[in-house]
Amino acid sequence: MATLTKDVPSEAKREVRKKPFWRGLSPYVYLLPAFVVMGVITYYPMIYEAWMSFTDYGLKNLRVNSPAPNFVGLTNYIKILTNDLGLSYYNFWHILGFNLFWTFSNVIIHVALGIFIAIILNQKGLWFRGIYRAIYILPIVLPQIIIANIFRNMFDPDYGAINQGLAAIGKIFLGLSPAIFHIRWIDQVDYPISWLPLTLSYFALLICNVWLGWPFMTIVASGALQSIPGDLYEAATIDGASAIQQVWRITLPLLRPAMIPAAVYGLVITFNLFSLVYFLSAGGPLRQTEILVTQAYRLVNEQRLYGVAAAFCVYIFIILLAMTLLTNAVSRATESYDA
Amino acid sequence: MLSQKSSFSTRIRWALSGRTSTGERGMSLGSQLLSQLFLLLVAAVVFYPILWIVSLSLDPRNVSRPTSLRLNPAQGGVSFQAYADVIKRPTPNPVSLGQLMWNSLRLATLTGIASVMVGVFAAYAFSRLEFRGRQVLMVAVLTVLMLPSIATLPALFVLLNKVQIHFGGGLFNLRNSLVGVGVAVLSGLLPFAIWNMKGYLDTIPKELEQAALIDGCTPISAFFRVTLPLSTPVLAVTFFLGFMSTWTEFAISWLFLTNPKDFTLMMALYNMVGQYSDNTPWSHFAAMAIIIALPVTIVYLLVQRYFVGGLAVGGVKG
Repeated sequence: MATLTKDVPSEAKREVRKKPFWRGLSPYVYLLPAFVVMGVITYYPMIYEAWMSFTDYGLKNLRVNSPAPNFVGLTNYIKILTNDLGLSYYNFWHILGFNLFWTFSNVIIHVALGIFIAIILNQKGLWFRGIYRAIYILPIVLPQIIIANIFRNMFDPDYGAINQGLAAIGKIFLGLSPAIFHIRWIDQVDYPISWLPLTLSYFALLICNVWLGWPFMTIVASGALQSIPGDLYEAATIDGASAIQQVWRITLPLLRPAMIPAAVYGLVITFNLFSLVYFLSAGGPLRQTEILVTQAYRLVNEQRLYGVAAAFCVYIFIILLAMTLLTNAVSRATESYDA
Repeated sequence: MLSQKSSFSTRIRWALSGRTSTGERGMSLGSQLLSQLFLLLVAAVVFYPILWIVSLSLDPRNVSRPTSLRLNPAQGGVSFQAYADVIKRPTPNPVSLGQLMWNSLRLATLTGIASVMVGVFAAYAFSRLEFRGRQVLMVAVLTVLMLPSIATLPALFVLLNKVQIHFGGGLFNLRNSLVGVGVAVLSGLLPFAIWNMKGYLDTIPKELEQAALIDGCTPISAFFRVTLPLSTPVLAVTFFLGFMSTWTEFAISWLFLTNPKDFTLMMALYNMVGQYSDNTPWSHFAAMAIIIALPVTIVYLLVQRYFVGGLAVGGVKG
């Protein structure tokens, strides 16, 4: 900053005389601070990490003046894919498959619920609309990581509010004994639906993330709903279309341009949702709900296998790159719909 | 035209006949009631965890583990004992809440400011200036933006750990310090800041700046005197989003820091949940969660209407 402002007068004077030189240089002067900082703390570590991924970098190489790690070629990459890391219940393909399923199942529910609530909320003449809007913003403004912590305790089988709430509802409406609501949300290993390989902890994560995620989609959908011209509905009514038909034929197609970027954004965020998984289920039980970023973090924080972790992160980078290019292609293909 | 001020009974009659105050056809009473029921249910679901945690923190019994559901914070009296306990000593570690808060505050403020100050010039260049390599550099920023911050953590840990300075019997390890955490956090924050600010700068009309240039401003002073003042809202929002994500940052500080005097609020909270929580009363956990969440939530509530819906919300990666 200081050097920049000090240079201004002389540079400015030179600009009057030799315009082309200054015009050509100035964009790079603006870019300099950010790219110097990012070069040192982002790009250099990324390149270093690529190198690390081919070595057996571990705890022994951490001390100052310790010997350089050995070059091991593609060993780390192969060990990760062949589940040869010596970690119990570690299965790369399960983690990847679960991560993808987790991402898409969440975003589909967020978008569907978000649109549904937005349509209800935007009906003409609805009472208390402003109050509902003010309440529904809460899951967005509360820090997500704190919510994950709160839900962790809420899913406790003995003292958590989920089981206690279910027991209360079951007792009042159905006359059920509270004992059957002793659900072990986080650590039950058996699948609740025997033919579906998903643990209860997945559903706990899903409940928490749906609680967190739908209001954003409702806000995006509300904005788009308000831009749909009302005469479309009037014309449809005159032509004899029912309310349900109007939603399917007018509302949903016209919401699409707004919802697709929001959904793509949701996909990337959910795919890397470290805080929720790490705090709520901790990847458990038996690594059944581990996602790529939580596994990478464990490799650094618990196993201290820095070389392996680096290779794991290179995989994350490649997978994300493929996913980004794919979703971009898909959203671009559907962009021009009914433009 | 119906008058703006209408009596309560008129409003009721409109509602019952399914008309709005502007006279257009609204909802029938049946679908109105059905919608109200559904929206109330959604509101109850939204409030459920919030009421639970607030009630827990104010429970006069200062419960270790709640054996019954209590959702009304005022039921049976209110006690701030849990807050007092947490302020005195949040975790078994020898560190006070004040110290934890000061650490989180310093970290969040400085990284937030740094991301805005370093990023704003690049954002301006990307938004306004034509130059060779613009596309390549923008892709370079977007690539980092796409990556979760954990993806560069192995290298950052190893590299920052190499910076060790001996001084008078002590040893400063950059990795094991709040400065090191700040560097690692900034590494992920900066691309977001650049992109967020670029998006806003794109919406400021170029003509304002061109007018300043015609009036004799140099390009640099046009930037400082015209564009920068006009972009104050986005500078504030970018700072706040950076502040908020660092205030609740966990992964990096948990990995890097080992001295209790450097610990942050989120690290203390993690010690109070799940596997480490055996001895922590849940009322203490509840009070701590509220102490951390309340300040950022209030600020977020005040500023959210400026950017929620513009896709910038929560765009800082965690």
